[in-house]
Amino acid sequence: MRLRRVLIANRGEIAVRIVRTCRRLGIETVLAVSAADRDALPARLADRTVPIGPADPAASYLDVDAVVGAALATGADAVHPGYGFLAENPLLAAACAAAGVVFVGPTETQLAAAGDKLAARRHAVAAGLPVLPGGEAGDVPAALRLAGEIGWPVLVKAAGGGGGRGMKKVTDQDELAGALGLAMAEAGAAFGDHRVYLERYVTSGRHVEVQIVGDGERVIHLGERDCSIQRRYQKLVEEAPAPRLGTAVRAGLHAAAVALGEHLKYRGLGTVEFLVDGDAFYFLELNARIQVEHPVTEAIYGIDLVAEQFAIAEGRPLRPALAALAAAAPSGHAIECRINAEDWTRDFRPGPGTVTRAAFPAGDGIRVDTHVQAGTRIPPQYDSLLAKLVVHGADRAEALARLRAALARCVIGGVPTTVPMHAALARDPEFAAGGVDTAWFPRFLDRALGHALDGALGHALDRAPDRALDRAPDGNGSGGGRG
Amino acid sequence: MNLTNDDVRDILRLLDSLPYTELRLETGSFRLALRRGADGEWTQDAQVLSPPDEIAAAPRGVPDDHDDHDDHDDHDDHDDHDDHGEHSGHGKHSDPARDGLLAVRAPLLGTFYRAPRPGAEPFVEVGGVVEEETVVGIIETMKLMNSVPAGVRGRVVEVCLGNAEFAERDAVLMLVDPE
Repeated sequence: MRLRRVLIANRGEIAVRIVRTCRRLGIETVLAVSAADRDALPARLADRTVPIGPADPAASYLDVDAVVGAALATGADAVHPGYGFLAENPLLAAACAAAGVVFVGPTETQLAAAGDKLAARRHAVAAGLPVLPGGEAGDVPAALRLAGEIGWPVLVKAAGGGGGRGMKKVTDQDELAGALGLAMAEAGAAFGDHRVYLERYVTSGRHVEVQIVGDGERVIHLGERDCSIQRRYQKLVEEAPAPRLGTAVRAGLHAAAVALGEHLKYRGLGTVEFLVDGDAFYFLELNARIQVEHPVTEAIYGIDLVAEQFAIAEGRPLRPALAALAAAAPSGHAIECRINAEDWTRDFRPGPGTVTRAAFPAGDGIRVDTHVQAGTRIPPQYDSLLAKLVVHGADRAEALARLRAALARCVIGGVPTTVPMHAALARDPEFAAGGVDTAWFPRFLDRALGHALDGALGHALDRAPDRALDRAPDGNGSGGGRG
Repeated sequence: MNLTNDDVRDILRLLDSLPYTELRLETGSFRLALRRGADGEWTQDAQVLSPPDEIAAAPRGVPDDHDDHDDHDDHDDHDDHDDHGEHSGHGKHSDPARDGLLAVRAPLLGTFYRAPRPGAEPFVEVGGVVEEETVVGIIETMKLMNSVPAGVRGRVVEVCLGNAEFAERDAVLMLVDPE
């Protein structure tokens, strides 16, 4: 079938992104909007909008009935869920199927297999992928026994979802009971599923993920992305290809990701996340959606992944040209910076508000995916992503040079942004060398904040460069609180 | 209508062959300003002006708050800086100083929670004694939980905002008697 009208059940930059591809493909767009988003940029760009509920996402973007109801009421052939919200919820896929509307994404079964992290782990093992030693921890005695087998420290993770929620590092058995209870409570609150599992804690490693595309029969990979620059399990910078990765490891990652996709007879876009530790790598999870960082893959392969999603949703087989890309070397290097409405000097405190000005770099090798313009309100109910700056160069050095120049031309007024942090990062010699692990960014942050605070005090020249100042005393940023 | 990255790139290629350093384009539906810096690199400043085309018929699941939407619109017209939620969320507007009371204020805007998780006991009740560092609530902003320390010392005499209500930045959450 050919899709004529699509309901976009999302907001922010990804809604803008999907509208753009639909326009190019001649697909009409209806954007589902909450009360807070009725006159946001994506609403102005979509052909039509339809209100689906109040600003509170639980009663709008997370409400399966509201989304499917909006699709039916507006005569949409399909629902594109974007990322986050209901994107990986099997209930939306099932409700769409029941209503005779195409869900742009994997099958209900595949979503369930990926969403349950323990089930995903079992599938990975069955497909021959290496996993970290671990398993389900139903109660404290079982967890203690398991931790004894896998060795300390261990990581307690939620079976019901990712994003760092319900995740706790435990260094010894005295901490285990408390951490297990806390993780179960957090997991229950965040995902409605209290189950947790243990995995060996790896102190340093790189977070590398492989993009896969499947049509339900055939599965290919479109290279990998390095997402090792993270803070509290939230990605800040991503790049493709992963710099300074051994040929064998890279090929192994690609083959493993395709093996998992084939095992599941995967349909749609998926991302297989791995922890890379030297020459070894371990499966972490499968994300059954389009990822925030998909533009770096698009840049080096010269493709439109959202268009591929629609083609697969229409029941078409993988394009031969796409399959040929998987076999060829990608072109150049791409880096993405997530520009968030956060004050990086105050523990990344989010700063919702009204954008007074938004000027972005333009030109060759530069792409900006954003939902903000002068006058845009950044509501407190949603995440803080303002824009993604994506640069592409013939090689990593050119991409980095372009990134530095491009960041200098980003001017966003009215809300705090992480642009200065990215500028500091792009100038950092260790980042420039490439291939840093997940432990690197916190060290960089201490160092860079020392500089930033020194600079702010006007004593930059008097201080030793590595002096780490105490951070702002509020210390309550995120992570705390609501179970 | 809005220009894509590719459209802008094509315009820039044209401009690069011309002696101009700035282009301003304004139609009924969008504004675009392109500026060339001293280094020859371009900056774009774009604004889409065309209003959304909203389908009036609300689908299932919305009717209850449809009136809220209308209220909301009126509200927007008057105050651009205040559109983020269901509740007005300013807390009490009484002047705490008048009664010699100290205010616990919201350090940032967001949803105010009185307890660490749903169903749990509130951090503090009326009559409870707080120190500066005592956590008296949580403000959820952009999916992050921020604990709210009392910042003052004394006995809580009033809780001014309900659980899960929206708090403006600096909204008075509680009043504390320094005794």
